[in-house]
Amino acid sequence: MSSPEFKNPVVKWIDHRLPVFSFMHHELHEYPTPRNLSYLWNLGSLAGLALVTMIVTGIILAMHYTPHVDHAFESVERIMRDVNHGWLIRYIHMNGASFFFIVVYIHIFRGLYYGSYKAPRELLWILGVLILLLMMATAFMGYVLPWGQMSFWGATVITNLFSAIPWVGDSIVVWLWGGFSVDNPTLSRFFALHYLMPFMIVGVVILHIIALHRFGSNNPLGIDVSGKQDTIPFHPYYTSKDLFGAMVFLTIFASAIFFYPNFLGHPDNYIPANPLQTPAHIVPEWYFLPFYAILRAIPDKLGGVLFMFGAIAVLFILPWLDRSPVRSGRFRPLFKLFFWVLLADCVLLGYLGGKPAEGIYVTLSRLATAYYFIHFLVILPLLSVVEKTRPLPQSISMPVTGAGMSAAPAAKRGKADV
Amino acid sequence: MSDTVENQGRRDFIVVATNTMLAVGAAAVAYPFINQMNPAADTLALSSIEVDVSGIEEGQAITVKWRGKPVFIRHRTAAEIELAGQVNLDDLRDPEGDMDRVEKPEYLVIQGICTHLGCVPLGQKIGEVKGDYNGWFCPCHGSHYDTSGRIRKGPAPTNLEVPPYAFLSDNVIKIG
Ligand code: HEM
Ligand code: FES
Repeated sequence: MSSPEFKNPVVKWIDHRLPVFSFMHHELHEYPTPRNLSYLWNLGSLAGLALVTMIVTGIILAMHYTPHVDHAFESVERIMRDVNHGWLIRYIHMNGASFFFIVVYIHIFRGLYYGSYKAPRELLWILGVLILLLMMATAFMGYVLPWGQMSFWGATVITNLFSAIPWVGDSIVVWLWGGFSVDNPTLSRFFALHYLMPFMIVGVVILHIIALHRFGSNNPLGIDVSGKQDTIPFHPYYTSKDLFGAMVFLTIFASAIFFYPNFLGHPDNYIPANPLQTPAHIVPEWYFLPFYAILRAIPDKLGGVLFMFGAIAVLFILPWLDRSPVRSGRFRPLFKLFFWVLLADCVLLGYLGGKPAEGIYVTLSRLATAYYFIHFLVILPLLSVVEKTRPLPQSISMPVTGAGMSAAPAAKRGKADV
Repeated sequence: MSDTVENQGRRDFIVVATNTMLAVGAAAVAYPFINQMNPAADTLALSSIEVDVSGIEEGQAITVKWRGKPVFIRHRTAAEIELAGQVNLDDLRDPEGDMDRVEKPEYLVIQGICTHLGCVPLGQKIGEVKGDYNGWFCPCHGSHYDTSGRIRKGPAPTNLEVPPYAFLSDNVIKIG
């Protein structure tokens, strides 16, 4: 780690006592980064941008929002109509959640394709899955706050999932509710937790980045950096690339906010919550639909819940399911094929989650659910053994494949890293 | 401190005892912090309601709110009662005789909460779908209940619950 020479005497004085400037210089400026990263590597910084956006707009909403069953719905309507620019702040927050999930889902599939979960990045991957879980909990509780029909019934259905736990399930649900149904105690605790959890996410994101900077980014070739010639400094190369990506992202995000702010939402949530009437067709927010489809595919209450959580659990153990020494899907012809099938399967699950649970939709949900688990639990472990991978390039700066190179050197490298 | 420890057993005992007390202390501190989330005293103060059922025509049903949740009261027709009584208990997922679920066969009083994930089933109002067994149908994930509110088809594990209630007179019931 080279210590930078700061010219500004104040910076110098501070840095000598509190080396924050050296730290930032090291991690954000000279930080050596593979030179071949594609635009798919922009999604990490975009997720950070989305998180900050959610926290800033959320804190502003909290200044005008009232977490009480008698006032919550009206206070959100007041934000929309009377609070200066309240509509804008709320639409940013509302659509921001969706965009956050879009970014994170692309980020995850990027990792799946390029094998970014493999050694030595297992913990980095696991921390990422943890962030996804925390995001889901946060978004779920946030959606309850406006206290519309979907808020209420979404909260009812999801909290009732815990009643599937044998013996203690019902007590757990009463404990979550603080009563005998979703009611005021539920709303106020969800608000408190919705405020807290984004900051827990910030904590895990920091760990995620510490783990990332230990070995640096993976790259589209999935091979290790072999020397200085393979990297470029983070600044100005990737700072400017990230900035460009951010502008593209913000343009799309702003178009949604200004022209289609309710496109991703559900009109039933503009009806105040009514505990005596379930809407004819309840669906969760789009980002939960694949998991919802899995829940409904299993014709047993406990089984459905187990499979739904299992869909995330397999991601935690993924680094040990896919044992192939080759990271990038580019050099794995069969893996690549199955990757696209998995992606299609997830999209199909998302579509089915939004359809009523009857007829052909149920059958398809079951097939798609089965495939999801087969992909992770059968296909990936099997491919690690039977697949014949393509030869790997010698290094990032020499992407021409050397004759006779195979997966073997990568395997050795993978071992040495552990 | 000498390298050779006398009475190693006594030292181990102190370590184990200390850790045990730490765990007990931690649990004692954690308990109130967890228990505060359970229903508060005012929430628990069991409310009860009284309902006059004389106004319900045969074949009709009303929904009343008890403890924040809907309770269905259906004035069943003779045909509905017969249908509920004919069922072979071995065919049921949650076997329960119709007569065990009612005080008076004409009036079925049940909690209007699907035992799957808590939606309110359809079938109370005239014109609503009643499902394959002519009782109630839960639109959330497709559970069908019969004219006794018993689960017949779909993901729900148990019958619609019967709340505690009693007839105060011929026409008035007290729920809770
Ligand atoms: C991980 C970051 C966050 C996510 C994913 C998230 C998600 C959501 C979602 C989906 C809603 C419902 C929007 C709607 O349909 O109306 C919501 C509402 C709300 N959120 Fe957040 N949120 C986040 C951070 C925060 C933070 C840090 C605060 C600060 C207190 C906050 C405060 C609120 C408030 C007051 C509402 C209710 C107003 C409304 O519904 O528009 N949020 N949040
Ligand atoms: S809540 Fe009734 S079927 Fe799921």
